[in-house]
Amino acid sequence: MTNAGENLKEGSIQNPGTTVISSIVLLGLTKIYGKEKKVAVDSITLSVNKGELFGLIGPDGAGKTSLFRMLTTLLLPDAGTAAVGGFDIVRDYKQIRNTIGYMPGKFSLYQDLTVEENLRFFATIFNTTIEKNYEQIEEIYVQIEPFKNRRAGKLSGGMKQKLALCCALIHKPSVLFLDEPTTGVDPVSRKEFWDMLKRLKAQEITIMVSTPYMDEATLCDKVALIQNGKILSVNTPQGIVNSYPEKLYAIKSSNMYLLLQSLKKYESTIESYAFGEYAHATFRNDISDKNDLEYFLQKQGVEDIEMKPAAVTIEDSFIKLLKN
Amino acid sequence: MEYSVIKAEKLTKKFGGFIAADSLSFEVEQGEIFGFLGANGAGKTTAIRMLCGLSIPSSGKATVAGFDVYRQSEQIKKNISYMSQKFSLYEDLTVMENIRFFGGIYGLTDKQLKDKSDQLIAQLGLQTEVKKLVADLPLGWEQKLSFSVAVIHQPKIVFLDEPTGGVDPVTRRQFWELIYAAANDGMTIFVTTHYMDEAEYCKRISIMVDGKIAALDTPENLKKKFGATSMDQVFYQLARGAQRSDG
Repeated sequence: MTNAGENLKEGSIQNPGTTVISSIVLLGLTKIYGKEKKVAVDSITLSVNKGELFGLIGPDGAGKTSLFRMLTTLLLPDAGTAAVGGFDIVRDYKQIRNTIGYMPGKFSLYQDLTVEENLRFFATIFNTTIEKNYEQIEEIYVQIEPFKNRRAGKLSGGMKQKLALCCALIHKPSVLFLDEPTTGVDPVSRKEFWDMLKRLKAQEITIMVSTPYMDEATLCDKVALIQNGKILSVNTPQGIVNSYPEKLYAIKSSNMYLLLQSLKKYESTIESYAFGEYAHATFRNDISDKNDLEYFLQKQGVEDIEMKPAAVTIEDSFIKLLKN
Repeated sequence: MEYSVIKAEKLTKKFGGFIAADSLSFEVEQGEIFGFLGANGAGKTTAIRMLCGLSIPSSGKATVAGFDVYRQSEQIKKNISYMSQKFSLYEDLTVMENIRFFGGIYGLTDKQLKDKSDQLIAQLGLQTEVKKLVADLPLGWEQKLSFSVAVIHQPKIVFLDEPTGGVDPVTRRQFWELIYAAANDGMTIFVTTHYMDEAEYCKRISIMVDGKIAALDTPENLKKKFGATSMDQVFYQLARGAQRSDG
């Protein structure tokens, strides 16, 4: 293994003709576990620009946490290299730990310390004080400050999440790693959390965030879709959607179960699946002959058919990529 | 013929001075997929626990599968099933051992158990995996197996508490196909989820805010009523002002 720090110095990997600076760079990064040689992260190469909000989108078991743990220097890679802020994740682990903030998926603050004690503890570890960097966390901290004497273990899920974010920010990191911060969180709290991230981004912090929720992908500058340790696609959310290869249709009926079953039987169907109140489907011959499909569905007993072209979402793209 | 398998009338649960579930009234029809939504802390789990016969209400009435939640909780338990997000099959038992174990607990005879396990394994396409430990199954398969095991005794009602958290979009849909098929066979599905697109798969949806049912209707009617284009917007409008939301 070579030291990535040598050749991946901040700014050394650039698109020709631009001044985009990479904040996180991975080259063939790989993690293999156990005797069975289970490949959790499979030779991932990608780069994240400075100040970018980068989303790692994929289901449980895709390799998101292993990737985060390597980049935060908590786990050694088995092959490949990576650099964070120009520092090699193996050789320069001490520098990296000083410059990053990490919010693990599992709540890992001290449950028996109060809100304020936790925050003070993390500030002290990084040789700073709450007062010195208060500005950095102010907007988030004011929401939990009324409970500053409450033990962390007694906080609600949403408040724990905010405290964890404050603790990850108190030393003014330049790169922030957030591992599934919104998992199991209701849609209202999820929206609030993403609003907070947008404001942090305005402070030019590079943020790498993972999520199993496809709809959150559109809130990122760039996303990587990950499954089985491999990156299926890296692009802007719009870029991913634009590269969808077929014309997508939304179809609705008063009996959705029958509609879904019937679409699967139609001979020129490529994909068909439930999507909210509609079924989404793609067809082999661009179904210029829409009547043929309607006739087929009616013959199957499907009633009240409504059909229209659909806008492709990240979730449609992910489904397409998973099935290939 | 459709009839109500769940009837709740002013169902209430208090913990000291805190009203976790506040006068809930609703009915769920047989074979219906009923979405039970709410912000974290809105009182969903408390309500489900009462309906499953695990928690005695403070006041109000409810029957589940025709049985009274105060006096007939044992009969209720025989007629329902409950699967939580982290519903755990025994990871150190094989696929077949898990099926036998849960089938046995639910009182299936040897003959029923054999027929049912053959059918279930064929349906899930697990023929080559029967001797594998559940721990070695991909997560999506584990969840599909969990559901199939949870309904092995053909309960009248199955309660699903966030059954698809963290699952990839393809597996999530395969899981819903199992749910659709079960409902099509007359099983009643009572499901909570944070995925608003899944809310659209339900026939009707209730949304809890601060212990009360703030809205209950078909997804289509709810969207009309709130002038929204998606369930996400409906949910946001209702839950945004919650006092007890988790924030």
